[in-house]
Amino acid sequence: MNANEKLWGLLAQYENPATVYHACEKVRDAGYQQWDSCTPFPVHGLDKAMGLKPSKLPWAVLIVGVTGSTLGLLFQMWAMGWAYPMIVGGKPLMSLPAYVPVWYEITVLTSCVTAFLANWIMNGLPQPYHPAFASKAFERATDDKFFIMIEAADPKFDLEKTRALLKDAGATQVEELEP
Amino acid sequence: MSHHDIQKPTDITIPADSLFAKLPMLGGGLAVVGLGATLASAFGENKARAMFSYLWAFEVVLAIALGALGFVLIQHAVRAGWSTVVRRLAETAMVTLPVFIVLFIPIVALGMHELYPWSHHTDAILEKKRWFLSVPFFLGRAALYFAIWSAFAWLLYSASVKQDSTADGSAEQKKLSHTMWKLSAGGIFVYALSQSFQAIDWMMSLQPHWYSTIFGVYFFAASILAFFCFVTLVAMALQKAGVLKDAITTEHFHDLGKFIYGFTVFWTYIAFSQFILIWYANIPEETEFYMVRLQGGWDVVSYALPIAHFFLPFLFLLSRHMKRNRTALAAACVWMLFMHCVDMYWLILPNFGTHGEGHHEAHLAISYLDVTALLGMVGAFLAAYGFFLNKNKVVAINDPRLTESLAHENY
Repeated sequence: MNANEKLWGLLAQYENPATVYHACEKVRDAGYQQWDSCTPFPVHGLDKAMGLKPSKLPWAVLIVGVTGSTLGLLFQMWAMGWAYPMIVGGKPLMSLPAYVPVWYEITVLTSCVTAFLANWIMNGLPQPYHPAFASKAFERATDDKFFIMIEAADPKFDLEKTRALLKDAGATQVEELEP
Repeated sequence: MSHHDIQKPTDITIPADSLFAKLPMLGGGLAVVGLGATLASAFGENKARAMFSYLWAFEVVLAIALGALGFVLIQHAVRAGWSTVVRRLAETAMVTLPVFIVLFIPIVALGMHELYPWSHHTDAILEKKRWFLSVPFFLGRAALYFAIWSAFAWLLYSASVKQDSTADGSAEQKKLSHTMWKLSAGGIFVYALSQSFQAIDWMMSLQPHWYSTIFGVYFFAASILAFFCFVTLVAMALQKAGVLKDAITTEHFHDLGKFIYGFTVFWTYIAFSQFILIWYANIPEETEFYMVRLQGGWDVVSYALPIAHFFLPFLFLLSRHMKRNRTALAAACVWMLFMHCVDMYWLILPNFGTHGEGHHEAHLAISYLDVTALLGMVGAFLAAYGFFLNKNKVVAINDPRLTESLAHENY
């Protein structure tokens, strides 16, 4: 446990995608769990370099999408064929082709809304404050600099060793972040 | 990740002992036997059936070559980077288009009367369509389509092959890329129109009272889908033969898989759009198309298409892991090519024996002539494909975007 109670973690700055990529590999191999990287644009293969597991997002979309799709079809069949029977264009009450456009749209709608909301939930959004926001250098994470942050809460975290690891991986500066 | 350590592939010619080297001979033999048997029947009492089989096989294979032309045009027009490693395989399919001029001759010389009711029969509706559906205009349009396809296929192919021998970074190399880009930008329009009108002339006019304004798009969807399946299988087979082993990666197969998946959905969207408007409006001259296809055994095919051409591949290829798994993707490609044959069969064959009129009952009856025609037509196509594949390098080795393509990764 660290003596400094006011420490949230370390923020390291890198100059280009290649350095941050290899730095991530080192942090991953050192066995850290509670850490993240921030880049101004998607860096190919960074998820592998960080050792991230495949996202669970597709499963959420699939489950809600299939549920929405089924319920959407059943609702139409119930409403058009059972609860409010009405003959339209001389077609039978249960006319599957007529239900297909809404069936299709409700599948797309439920899937998209799930993807959007699950994305926010899984990423912990909205996040009005984050310790890294206190850093002046971090503003360039959306411009031309690359960052790795490791939380002090990580069991492997040791202020000096972690700082050395980030420095050795090519960091141009390492900052301490307060909560 | 970075482009510096990317090596250009060296396994870029067909080994002399591989099956691909024998493809022109094997395909040619198959073409002579298959098309010979089909056309021999066209001189007997099975003439009409033989011509319908012939037209079906012709459209099945033409769809692949036309899909390839469309693909190449789009890749150049949008200056695509990812696809450069497989573009030559598509160009090779595209440059077989002039061969279809020869393959089209029997349809004109032997089959006009058997296939197209409007060529010898008229009524109040056909009288109004006479200016378009007349034999001389039909032949003139066919000549125009072939001229357009052959010209674009040949210009794009020869420019791409010429680039193989230019120096890297030279002005000539850049100029050729620029030429192909400009050709393609305009080419997309004439391609879209010619392939649509081809479908209208050669397939939709089999049932001359009926019309569907989405028919050209329907054919395009089927065509480019068949092409993507074909090129994926060729790429896999080439790697088995020891060609482009490291150049074409899982990332490229993943992208091809996405296209197969996407165009499966697109085909369904178009097919259903055509169906629901006709079903809803319920106007006799429109519904006859579905009427003949909902009786005499064709109803089974009509119900099987949405299941086997959409739901099965949709669920099968939904997962990213399936698109990245070669065995699964190859299985999907074989299945979709089979369904492409069924789809074209469903478009063309119900008109046999019904004179393209909805009040005649159609009967689904598969004939040995279907087999001979398809084998012969595939043989002729593969012979031409093999010829060009052996003639030049199997990858556009000096394309400025090749390094980008080799390093391509999906997120």
